[in-house]
Amino acid sequence: MEIEEVHKNTKLMYQGKPWNVDNAEFVKPGKGRAIYRLRLKNLLDAGTLDITFHSGEKVDEASISNQEMQYLYKEGDHYIFMNTSTFDQTFVSEAQMGDKINFLKEGVLVNVQLLDDRPIDISIPVFVELAVIETGTAIKAATVTAQNKSAKMETGYILDVPTFIKEGDSLKIDTRTGAYVERLTAKK
Amino acid sequence: MPAERERLAQIKKNLERRAEVYGVVREFFRKQGFLEIETPLRVLSIAPERYISPIKSEGWYLITSPELHMKRLLAAGYKQIFQISRCFRGGERGRLHNPEFSLLEWYRAGADYQDSISDAEQLVVAVIQKLHRSKILHYQGQNIDMQLPWPRLSVKDAFLQSAGWDPVAAYDAERFDYDMAALVLPALDPAHPTVLTDYPAAAASLARLKTDNPLVAERAEIFIGGIELANAYSELTDAAEQRRRFEKEAAQIEREYGTGMQISEPFLEAVGYLPECSGIALGMDRLVMLLCDAVDINEICAFTENNI
Repeated sequence: MEIEEVHKNTKLMYQGKPWNVDNAEFVKPGKGRAIYRLRLKNLLDAGTLDITFHSGEKVDEASISNQEMQYLYKEGDHYIFMNTSTFDQTFVSEAQMGDKINFLKEGVLVNVQLLDDRPIDISIPVFVELAVIETGTAIKAATVTAQNKSAKMETGYILDVPTFIKEGDSLKIDTRTGAYVERLTAKK
Repeated sequence: MPAERERLAQIKKNLERRAEVYGVVREFFRKQGFLEIETPLRVLSIAPERYISPIKSEGWYLITSPELHMKRLLAAGYKQIFQISRCFRGGERGRLHNPEFSLLEWYRAGADYQDSISDAEQLVVAVIQKLHRSKILHYQGQNIDMQLPWPRLSVKDAFLQSAGWDPVAAYDAERFDYDMAALVLPALDPAHPTVLTDYPAAAASLARLKTDNPLVAERAEIFIGGIELANAYSELTDAAEQRRRFEKEAAQIEREYGTGMQISEPFLEAVGYLPECSGIALGMDRLVMLLCDAVDINEICAFTENNI
């Protein structure tokens, strides 16, 4: 593909390795040649690389396929997923998962991106529903104010919630920001 | 629609500020006796420039700058003219770029590039004084002292300091653009604007060469907060030399991209009648970005390529 078509989150093959474009910056002096500055994240080991291309250059797009899989459980720093049509199992490492580990409940269905049958990334929904397992003064997130307190979710994720939230409540959380959205069901 | 309504509500203050900037700019030039003019956006031929890719319209071009027609007015005896026009450059999209953008250009007879740079200094300070009532510009967490005159730095010295080579002595087009973006611009003093002056002759474009040093062109650029804001020339008034440069550039474009470019004969004829003069182009979107503390052109345009 042309370098002009590369955007944030495009997946590329570069020097024989698969990369995600974490950031793409277009730099061009008024009278001069355009330069594309990319920050790449290795899809296998999460290492980063800064690289520059000129306009007109070509890059190899990584051929990524999608497969629906069910998240089963965590073993060491491997997250085990099962292909829902073949029942084959595979794993994604903690480094590859990044922040998404905060929102992954056992048993949920997710889209897994595969590069030659090798899982490299997962897509999680924008909103997830998680239950509160602990809340109170013992748990601290970034800020505690009169309107907020901290709560620990069933995945181990800790965030700020309104003071009326109780253990056992089910919350809607925005996975893009990690923030509390609303209470879905209160504990009976 | 709700997402668009929210987006446009968020940038409303910036669009209001944008309108104020346009008001101050027009007032500034009117007071000095400049005539505001309008020239065509859709034209038969444009200045051939290797790294500016024009957008075609029914076989004609959308202008990449209004320069050629403005110079035809100068050649006909108009002494002080200005224009804010939409310009179009294919493929230019990023934090500081949209393929369609607003360029302010002004020309003065009997002036050189240093005069155009002082016009720009006065203009930008007038805009900031009017909108912020201050000579300090706050941009992206940095206080920028706008007191005049702004520091001047020759391209040669800037490159020797930051890139370790002299592009005037031995020009390398590829390395020049790359090192400018990667080494020279990031090293400029963030607390003041910088005027880079005296570009290598090979990067002269439509500027005249210095009479006492033909290795450099009378071309200068203004940078504020890491943003390339304006580009000034002492205009080339030698029609034969202008034709040579255009033909050389057009041949280069034909070799590289396989597209032939027609050279504007009415323009080349006009160059022969140009008085000594200077012209400057200033990116209005970027000026507005500086005044709105905006990091992305999307924040100061109602619609860009993202949401057309």
